[in-house]
Amino acid sequence: MGKAEQELAEIKSMMERSTRFLSLSGLAGVLAGIYALIAASVAYYWIYFPNPPYGFRTTFVDDASVFTKLIALALAILALSLGSAYFLSHKKSQRLATNLWTPAGRRFLQALFIPVLIGGVFCLALVLRGYLIVVAPATLIFYGLALVNASQYTLSDIKYLGYGELILGLISAFFPGYGLITWAMGFGVLHVVYGSMMYYKYDR
Amino acid sequence: MKGNYDKAFENVIRLRVMSILMVNEQYDFNSFKEILEVTDGNLASHLRNLENAEYIRVEKSFAGRKPLTNYSATESGKKAFQAHLTFLENLIKENKS
Repeated sequence: MGKAEQELAEIKSMMERSTRFLSLSGLAGVLAGIYALIAASVAYYWIYFPNPPYGFRTTFVDDASVFTKLIALALAILALSLGSAYFLSHKKSQRLATNLWTPAGRRFLQALFIPVLIGGVFCLALVLRGYLIVVAPATLIFYGLALVNASQYTLSDIKYLGYGELILGLISAFFPGYGLITWAMGFGVLHVVYGSMMYYKYDR
Repeated sequence: MKGNYDKAFENVIRLRVMSILMVNEQYDFNSFKEILEVTDGNLASHLRNLENAEYIRVEKSFAGRKPLTNYSATESGKKAFQAHLTFLENLIKENKS
């Protein structure tokens, strides 16, 4: 490679490294997906068992005792997923010998969490007003938009995960009885599939 | 030949600094130090060099109690870098033909 080519490669790599958060761990995605699948099965036992996970329920979600349990479960899964994402990304950044807290990392978190937080509060309002039927599509759609938005600042592959969440969100909006299934697909299956693809592509 | 080989970007640290500032509105001293893996003194002298050429602008402020020094590219800096890039691209093209 000539000197000019080398300089251009240097420029390209610096632009890439300074704008994108590259420590995102694929394994964290897989773990988040597994937690979500476990939580979805637990929720299934609480709500539907022994019926299939759509249509007729044995308990109503707005039944106070189930409702509090479900919220607690959701918060626990969220905390676990964020915790493993932080821990594994921290480890990956050490392996890549970069810092986790770079300007690119800050922009990535901002791009991801502004739509996620707004969506979270919005869904909380939906829950409090009793519009439980649109909560599953709303969470999927907000999360999908957040991923597409944040993909500019990290490994751009996560935009496809975002598109997947968006498609599932729309499907779930038109087929309201299947909220738990689309949720398990979106936050569970998609995370496991994408997380492992990212892991094989970047982390090994 | 189009473009212009700019001596200011002959040094690899200065080339990297300018590449970063082309795609980031602002970048601070500590983040530069981190990504470029250079010592304080070395980085400061290269930054001063680019500042003297009026290719970059310095802005000092405080983040809480810590001083924060932010750098951004000036218009003339961006133009000079663009010309440097054009020069490199043309050089490669010419070598190929």
